Amino acid sequence: MSTGPSDIEIISRVLKGEHQAYADIVNRYQNYVFTLTSRFIKSREDAEEVAQDIFVKAYRSLADFRGASKFSTWLYTIVNTTCITFLRKKKLDVQSLDNEKVFESVANHDSGFNANQVEQKSKVNMVNASISMLNHDDSEILTLFYKAEQSLEEIAQILGLETNTVKVRLHRARQRLKEKMETSFSEEVKDIYR
Amino acid sequence: MNNDISTSSLNTGDGDIEARLWEYIDGLSSGPEKTVIEQLLQTSREWKEKYSELLEVHQLMFSSELEAPSMRFTKNVMEEITKYQISPAAKTYIDKRVIWGIAIFFFTMIAGLLVYGFGQINWASSTTGGNIDKYVDLDKIDYSKFFNNTYMTVFMMMNAILGLMLLDRYLANKRKKYSKEA
Repeated sequence: MSTGPSDIEIISRVLKGEHQAYADIVNRYQNYVFTLTSRFIKSREDAEEVAQDIFVKAYRSLADFRGASKFSTWLYTIVNTTCITFLRKKKLDVQSLDNEKVFESVANHDSGFNANQVEQKSKVNMVNASISMLNHDDSEILTLFYKAEQSLEEIAQILGLETNTVKVRLHRARQRLKEKMETSFSEEVKDIYR
Repeated sequence: MNNDISTSSLNTGDGDIEARLWEYIDGLSSGPEKTVIEQLLQTSREWKEKYSELLEVHQLMFSSELEAPSMRFTKNVMEEITKYQISPAAKTYIDKRVIWGIAIFFFTMIAGLLVYGFGQINWASSTTGGNIDKYVDLDKIDYSKFFNNTYMTVFMMMNAILGLMLLDRYLANKRKKYSKEA
């Protein structure tokens, strides 16, 4: 994930009073944290504000990080709890969006993409667009697994779930992603799903 | 390869094939399962096609891009943290003696109630032989002095809930430990 000094080395410098070293941590993880936050909060401004808040919270609680897990796992736990708290405060619907009706409304309302807009774009863009159409439970788990390099056990720790539950949820998220790609980008996925 | 295995594997539903292939792609399949899947991929067109599909999605997922915040993001965070100090670690301000004190209080209360209950049993008659149920009638133990009080009932309920929560946590830790070892 990164080159240069390890997270633990940077954290120990910060704890010794070298506060500016924290900028290295922010630079290293800002894209991961912002992407995860965006999975919950679709407004870019709000997502950025919450991402900043997450780094401030992590800084204030840095002494509590004991190195029992990876720093990223610890940080993503803060991401998860902070985003859920934000959504609760905003009184947004944070229920599991298994309900197809709600699922569709998220896709139509929040994604900002449609089939025509991405027609000419690459498959990678199509995957990104499809992920953003998923509910936050699914997109979060996919992002943690594929982009944030977290193992099933680490994801379980972040989400406060059993590893087997995470395994099932990951499988379901992939299925929903496939369905989303097939329904929203039927032409583009022909090459993939024959 | 065992023909039974391959036939039964081929007869499974599309969803099951996907689930097994995802485990294989993620490197989570067990040794024998891995061998079976590898053989199926060589012999079954259906499995091979499904594998290619899933593998492409898997690779696309890895190549999907992260979103970047604004250019000022790091600067904003660094400006914000100057207003705060790093809080001391929780373990430094949580006094273990207080935790132990609370635990001892609860255990003493439970033990006191149990001793009171057992104190009402006529042990002399129960040791004369025969079935102990004849002599120890638990229904006759008079807890009314304690349990006609609402506060006491609430207290005991809390005790029971806390006890169950502790037991659950203890068993969850054990389960985690064993699954790690496995």
